[in-house]
Amino acid sequence: MFGILASIVDGLLIGTVYGMAAMGLTLIWGVMNVVNLTHGAMIVAGMFALFLIGDWLGISPYAIMPPVAVIGFGAGVLIYWLSVHRMIGRPPLMSLLSTFAVNLVLIGLGTDLWGTKLFNIPVSLPGLSYEGYTFPGTHLMAAALTGVIAVLLFLFLDKTRSGKAIRAVAGNRVAAELVGIPTTRVLALAFGLGVALACVSGALIATMFPFTVLSGNAYQLKSFVVTILGGLGNPAGAFLGGIALGLIEGLATPFMPVSWTSVIEFVLFVLVLIAFPRGLFNFTFRRS
Amino acid sequence: MNRLFRFAAAALLLAAPAVLASSAQAQDTITIGFTTSQTGALNVDSLAQLRGFEMWRDDVNAAGGIKAGGKAYMVKFVSYDDQSQGARVQQLYTQLIVQDKAQFLFSPYSSGLVATAAVISEQYGALMMSIGGAESKTYELGNKYLFQTYTPADHYLTGALQALKEKKPGATIALVYSDDPFSKAVAIATRDQAPAMGLKIVLDESYPPDQTDFSAIINKIVSAKPDALLGGGHYPDGATLTRQIYDQKAGIKWVTLLVAPDSGQFATLGASAVGISVPSQWAPQVTYKPSFGPTSAVFAQRFQAKYNAPADYHSAGGYAGGLIFQHAIEQAGSIDPEKVAAALNKMDVVTLFGPCKFSIDPASHGLQLTHQMVLTQWQMKDGQLVKPVIWPAAAATAPILYPIH
Repeated sequence: MFGILASIVDGLLIGTVYGMAAMGLTLIWGVMNVVNLTHGAMIVAGMFALFLIGDWLGISPYAIMPPVAVIGFGAGVLIYWLSVHRMIGRPPLMSLLSTFAVNLVLIGLGTDLWGTKLFNIPVSLPGLSYEGYTFPGTHLMAAALTGVIAVLLFLFLDKTRSGKAIRAVAGNRVAAELVGIPTTRVLALAFGLGVALACVSGALIATMFPFTVLSGNAYQLKSFVVTILGGLGNPAGAFLGGIALGLIEGLATPFMPVSWTSVIEFVLFVLVLIAFPRGLFNFTFRRS
Repeated sequence: MNRLFRFAAAALLLAAPAVLASSAQAQDTITIGFTTSQTGALNVDSLAQLRGFEMWRDDVNAAGGIKAGGKAYMVKFVSYDDQSQGARVQQLYTQLIVQDKAQFLFSPYSSGLVATAAVISEQYGALMMSIGGAESKTYELGNKYLFQTYTPADHYLTGALQALKEKKPGATIALVYSDDPFSKAVAIATRDQAPAMGLKIVLDESYPPDQTDFSAIINKIVSAKPDALLGGGHYPDGATLTRQIYDQKAGIKWVTLLVAPDSGQFATLGASAVGISVPSQWAPQVTYKPSFGPTSAVFAQRFQAKYNAPADYHSAGGYAGGLIFQHAIEQAGSIDPEKVAAALNKMDVVTLFGPCKFSIDPASHGLQLTHQMVLTQWQMKDGQLVKPVIWPAAAATAPILYPIH
């Protein structure tokens, strides 16, 4: 019986990380209507940033999260200027293809540098054990940090001038420009923020599981499912959507073969698209 | 103008010997076509196999080529990146045969891709050495030109079951494996073999090959309270499963996983790797007496020197596949595919990789009959992770570590 409960708790813990990755994806969509297909590559970039900086400085992986976020933000702004800026306002397919191209370039470069060999970041953090079931310390820490980052993001979007500018541009870009908001800079800021979230979630995943250059694909796919569950363009919904996805995985696994979990996820994906096209947790972030 | 013609004529005369020489060389060259997974999920193991191929080619060419029918044939490779995808394999093997005029083929890596390539090679009647394709089903389709160097998947976990039975008669097993053709074939065979040895399977579960989180599966394993975990799949999933078993303190006394722990990189998992065993097609420590070619020890030493990486069974398999193919041409005294196939049908030899004999039964033509597997286990020795052979007992270089946790 406790096995089922353990699976649910495990699902919730990992679900918060899915949620944070999806917040990055949905923030970018919400603000500029761009499906960022570099998302998976940026999750992997976060994993490698953590590994390389950790290898260089030899300090705790959790102390490296802030630099990973800064690197992610910088990479996001760069990608925005290189491949997204000229596509804003054009048909969505254009930005889809340009970010997909950047994704292919990044994965190709990564494969050339490191192959698809496995990297592992050993983290020694005591977990919680009960009746033979253990919740690893890395999972608990990842969930806690994700919660903190989610709260910080909401405070940023809700309380700060820049956050309000992001929300204004998401709501109506023309009106935002009319009241003097530098929308181009705000778009770059939002893209950088979205990528920083993807990188940090990648770094947190790297503390829990070994990874390769190709690990991002699976998490990118999960981010899409989570985004649809939570409602497109809605970071709060994405966070809850991530937790919901983790909960579904945790609940389903004890009762059926694991191979069926992804079937259930995608059936749900289609059902939500049909029955709740605005997502299960659609709050007011984007008014358009 | 006249001067120009004279200059051109002189240039042609100077170039003629080189042109003639290159055409003569072209006649005495064997072109072998294959794909490797330079990108995609199978990159690690496929690259090791490619290095085996290349080392064999370099050795053959340095020794003056393959001698047959009074001629010496230099070996030339034509290869492409299949991106670890079946669809690319189908397309590229057709290209290798039709456009690149490859006279012989080596297989891609992994059972799924070999099965795809075999459809094309048989369609064109091209002889293909299969290296890295263990699943038996591919060899049970009436193929005539496909020859397998690996022990078939059905026998992958036999040694692990025997070793487990010796340490814990009546042990209970969780069979958790990747949902891919090779791992499923291994699991199906294990389902029959385990009860016959008095071992009991208490959990039988597959997972998608791209599974990223095994927490829920490990909770299922803990609930089933098995003595042993057998299964896995390929590299990323096997390594992740290993790390999570350790992190979640699953308390399993024995773990044998397919493929992943055989790679030297598995040692990056550190303490998580200790005790994990892997059925291996080959290990550097094996002491076969080859009918031809280098011994295991010499191969392993030269491979390390050439690539600055330890030889694993994928690289040894690649090298041995080339050696067996070379021996068949030398025995046939010809590069006629029919004659080479006939020589392979008669072959009963030992290489550094172990014994080799192919089935000539039409129902399973080309299936490997005599090659044997060993079981290796990651153990800590003097603070270093090492991977000695622990089974069969006659070939063991270290005692079995049991229980591992």
